[in-house]
Amino acid sequence: MSTAAILMMLFAMAVLWGGLGLAIYNLTHRSSAPEEHYQRDL
Amino acid sequence: MSSQAENPTDVGAHRGAFSSRRVFILAAIGSAVGLGNVWRFPYVAYENGGGAFILPYIVALITAGLPFLLLDYALGHRNRGSAPLSFARTDRRTEGIGWWQVGICFMIAVYYAAVIAWALRYTVFSVDRSWGSDPETFLFSSFLQAGDPGVTLSVVIGVLVPLALVWIAVLVIMALGVEKGIGATAVVFIPLLILAFGALVIRALFLPGASAGLNALFSPNWSALTQTSVWAAAFGQIFFSLSVGFGIMITYSSYVGRRTDMTGSALVVGLSNSGFELLAGIGVFAALGFMAQASGVAVGEVASEGLGLAFVAFPTMINEAPAGAVIGVLFFGSLVFAGLTSLVSVIEVVISAVRDKFELTRLAATLAVGVPAAVISLVFFSTTSGVYVLDIVDHFINRFGILAAAVVSMIVLAWVARAIPGLARHMNLYGSIPLGRWWIVLVSVITPLLLAYVLVRELIEDARAPYEGYPAWMLTVFGWGSVVAVIVFGLLASRVRWRENTPLVAPDELEPLGAGEESPS
Repeated sequence: MSTAAILMMLFAMAVLWGGLGLAIYNLTHRSSAPEEHYQRDL
Repeated sequence: MSSQAENPTDVGAHRGAFSSRRVFILAAIGSAVGLGNVWRFPYVAYENGGGAFILPYIVALITAGLPFLLLDYALGHRNRGSAPLSFARTDRRTEGIGWWQVGICFMIAVYYAAVIAWALRYTVFSVDRSWGSDPETFLFSSFLQAGDPGVTLSVVIGVLVPLALVWIAVLVIMALGVEKGIGATAVVFIPLLILAFGALVIRALFLPGASAGLNALFSPNWSALTQTSVWAAAFGQIFFSLSVGFGIMITYSSYVGRRTDMTGSALVVGLSNSGFELLAGIGVFAALGFMAQASGVAVGEVASEGLGLAFVAFPTMINEAPAGAVIGVLFFGSLVFAGLTSLVSVIEVVISAVRDKFELTRLAATLAVGVPAAVISLVFFSTTSGVYVLDIVDHFINRFGILAAAVVSMIVLAWVARAIPGLARHMNLYGSIPLGRWWIVLVSVITPLLLAYVLVRELIEDARAPYEGYPAWMLTVFGWGSVVAVIVFGLLASRVRWRENTPLVAPDELEPLGAGEESPS
């Protein structure tokens, strides 16, 4: 693989997979409001 | 149902719900990650600048994909209804757009099931490489038994049986309900999809020639960034891949607890979809690199997309690859998993709308929607002409159905109903990422303009030459006919009155969310 191709692959991985990691971290490391009671599948 | 009338904020609970945010996110990822992620993205990226394509792709994700996903979430979550009910609760005049989306989903469901049935059959074919040395002839002559383009009622048993099995599975899932059916399917199938496709990618990366395939995919052609067609391709890819604009995300978000962080969830779903596309690109082009090397040709000569990639190029590669049967089972199994979770989401849009409008039980609504859909699907797509009808309906309903409905819905919500600021306020109650003026500008002006541009380009392209050279009557009947049919259906369905005890105001207008509470963030 050419250097440019390797760099673009790493860039895509960093942005998309790294971004996903950060998004999951943001969602899970945040105090959430208490959920209301829900009836399921009536 | 009288209790609903007494306490409209319980409406969401009576419609069914996901048991947790995790199940909702998995279901939404299951909807977004479909066949297009595997067989469309890699080729679109390769054809439009290779590594350079990632830049317009990210711009499209940020400026169109995520904002539109947030809009769908906001509509469904605030109004706690199916697409038509959510639009009606936003502004009574906009209900027809919701039914337009319902019609589109019905159309998609009837042909999408056929592709899953083919993938199911090919999973079995992979074991002994039943397609032989000429997969293209096998696909069209032996398996689909396709003749010249036209319409026949000559049934292909080899397609009919797996298609019937797909519909039985889908009807069982839908009858089980939101949590036990849709939610459980996502909880099981999404991890399976990631495991199967992850194993496929690892295997493909160790094939000789894989690096040549990756080099072809990621080598940047910077001059492509000056072409508007490349930017249009990026916006089109993001739009078609995220399952936005045709009611799915509206429906799913109506099944989530009212205090859920919807903006944070949208970011996870959007990036999961794009992250999977990148994984698919790596796996597909590593495999194509091997195939090119084995055939002694350049990667560009074996690169393809859609049905050709899945049912011709991959079987050809599997013939040559060590442990090809394993690769085949993993690849076609992944298509089945990805396709089923997407099909379930598409048909749920219709079932949810019918339930809301006519107050049917889940089982009754599943049968009322699923049986006709299955019958139409079996009649049109298990025949020797099924592949042609499928190709035409797919092309037209995606471009001039989904895309047109998306543009119209954004413009109407922003400029007729003027609902965007209220939706932003709702999302900000419990969202971890505040939606400010930037989001309002994006969904009111920039995203609809960009998508309208893509739509006009597609219209011009189809006006210049008949799609794939099909006969004009087929394009008129199945292509434009489908497009017009879903619009007419939307207009007519919106004329049907809601039941008296269905409140047409958003639940949080009756019982404001967040009143007297501290924001968790």
